[in-house]
Amino acid sequence: MHDIDLDINLMEISKIEGHAGLEVEIRQGKVKDVRFKIQEYKRFYTQGMSGKKAEILPQFVSRICGTCSNAHLLASTEAIENALGIHITDQSKLLRRLMINGLMIRDHALHLYIFSLPDIFELDSLIDFDETDPLQNQFLHDALEVKAIGNDLQVYIAGRSVHALFIAVGGFTQIPKTDPTSLIKKLESIRSAVIRLINLLIEKQVKLNHPTTYVALRGLNNWSFLDGNIITSRKETIEESKFREHFENVVIPYSQATGYTYQGQSYMVGALSRLNINYDQLHSRTKNDLVNVLSLFPSTDVFMNNVAQAIEMLHCIDDSIDILSNTHFVEEERVKSTQNEGIGIGVIEAPRGLLFYKVSILEGSVVKGQVVVPTGQNQINIEKDIGKLVEDNLETMNQAEIEYEIEKLIRAYDPCISCASHFLKVKWNIK
Amino acid sequence: MESPTYNTKIKVGMFTFSCCEDSSIMFTILLGKYFFEWKKRIDFVEARMLRRNRTASQFDVAFVEGAITADEQIQRLKKIRSMSKLIVAIGSCACTGMPAAIRNDFSSKQKQEIEFILDRFQYADKVRKIDEIVKVDKYIPGCPMNTDVFLKSLNEIFVQFGLTPVDLNK
Repeated sequence: MHDIDLDINLMEISKIEGHAGLEVEIRQGKVKDVRFKIQEYKRFYTQGMSGKKAEILPQFVSRICGTCSNAHLLASTEAIENALGIHITDQSKLLRRLMINGLMIRDHALHLYIFSLPDIFELDSLIDFDETDPLQNQFLHDALEVKAIGNDLQVYIAGRSVHALFIAVGGFTQIPKTDPTSLIKKLESIRSAVIRLINLLIEKQVKLNHPTTYVALRGLNNWSFLDGNIITSRKETIEESKFREHFENVVIPYSQATGYTYQGQSYMVGALSRLNINYDQLHSRTKNDLVNVLSLFPSTDVFMNNVAQAIEMLHCIDDSIDILSNTHFVEEERVKSTQNEGIGIGVIEAPRGLLFYKVSILEGSVVKGQVVVPTGQNQINIEKDIGKLVEDNLETMNQAEIEYEIEKLIRAYDPCISCASHFLKVKWNIK
Repeated sequence: MESPTYNTKIKVGMFTFSCCEDSSIMFTILLGKYFFEWKKRIDFVEARMLRRNRTASQFDVAFVEGAITADEQIQRLKKIRSMSKLIVAIGSCACTGMPAAIRNDFSSKQKQEIEFILDRFQYADKVRKIDEIVKVDKYIPGCPMNTDVFLKSLNEIFVQFGLTPVDLNK
């Protein structure tokens, strides 16, 4: 079997966000080359940012990606606020925390239930789930409910779950006006579904152990998707503002997206990295209900990214119930800036990992913008994992089986191709 | 009253071109709400977000999201048109070209910066909305698409193909 020569060519990978393909070249039983090709055409948002008024930039860059739009709103708004020296109120910080919690629940639910769950049940689509089969019917109903409630939370806080309406530079233009009791009840009602999903994933999903460097934001005191320092699994701490000094971009000629390395090596961002680095900071109720599950972290199994996403959903539910139960939101003015120029950086954890924005503002308008998205950072690691998976299975699986396993692996990364393309490395010449 | 079960469902294809796929995300939100009603009426024969298998040679309805930025996309859109009875443009980029078409208005300096990418991946001379290339039967505008207009248009399509509309007030 060691003389296997094979060319795998996947034209269009399904059940991910956006268009991507793959080429794998195997010669004499060894993987010679893996090319994960981001095929989405660029829309050149990096160039398009120049000249935009700072206050409208977030709604512009929100259109980079439908599913992560609210993450782009949060990160770009933070970068502008940092550039203009704006410090938002504690209430605005809580509202933004609820907004990202809602995004995590809805976006992870989209990935886990609609993209990945059919793989577990060996079906092509959630639409094919058999309503007369009790287990399939249960998970079908769980899928619809959990996803809807993540959506409801974002609508409640920010007016819309895609391209949210109420977040703005300096705070929010509106606060939630209705009583949160029914929303809290709904959040409570989906806890059991999420725990069921965690247990199913652990029991049924395949494994691929392949250690890499895990990188995530870590809150200074509590779990945070929005603030803190960047921590690596090599125990280094990097300030948000120093991001670009540590992570180097790599041009990948066959891909429409830019790849990234850390100290010359590939790394991984996303839920698995966050769990590996921050599992001690999860909400106490989440921790109490998942004692055995959390003993599996830190993990070097890339498929545990699915489990990590599901755990984050539970954390986001518990954190949101707490905030909504204990906060009375009051009308307040947005914080204004007295300056109209500056350079600012915003780094947050988007559903798929670190999202970096840098803006340079002169006379109230953006002169230059720079964005680094999670899927670009994961691109090289995805290729390495595919190479490992192919070599591990080359002697026991046929080509179609290997191709299906590769698709599952790519789906486990939850790549967002709309985000990953549409950028072009711009020479940053403003100090 | 329970909706009837149909012997013939409408064959639907979902396609995306250059865009942020926000209308696809709105579609998955609506799919959650109307899952069982749609399942009785719609056969999703090609929808990359929902399934791997692609078996269709013909569509009753093709929903097309996104603007057209490359020659290869022009050919693909024409092929979809030839396979479909109805084409529905969903979202702002498909209906108007914007915001995917920002490069059309770039300054010469901005155009110079992106030129090597346009050449490397064979981009078209400019970004086009879809009705600059094929006939479009229905438009669902909005960024993301307006879900009320989408649901109303889908009900019109159900009626056009001899199916009962979905009760949107439930």
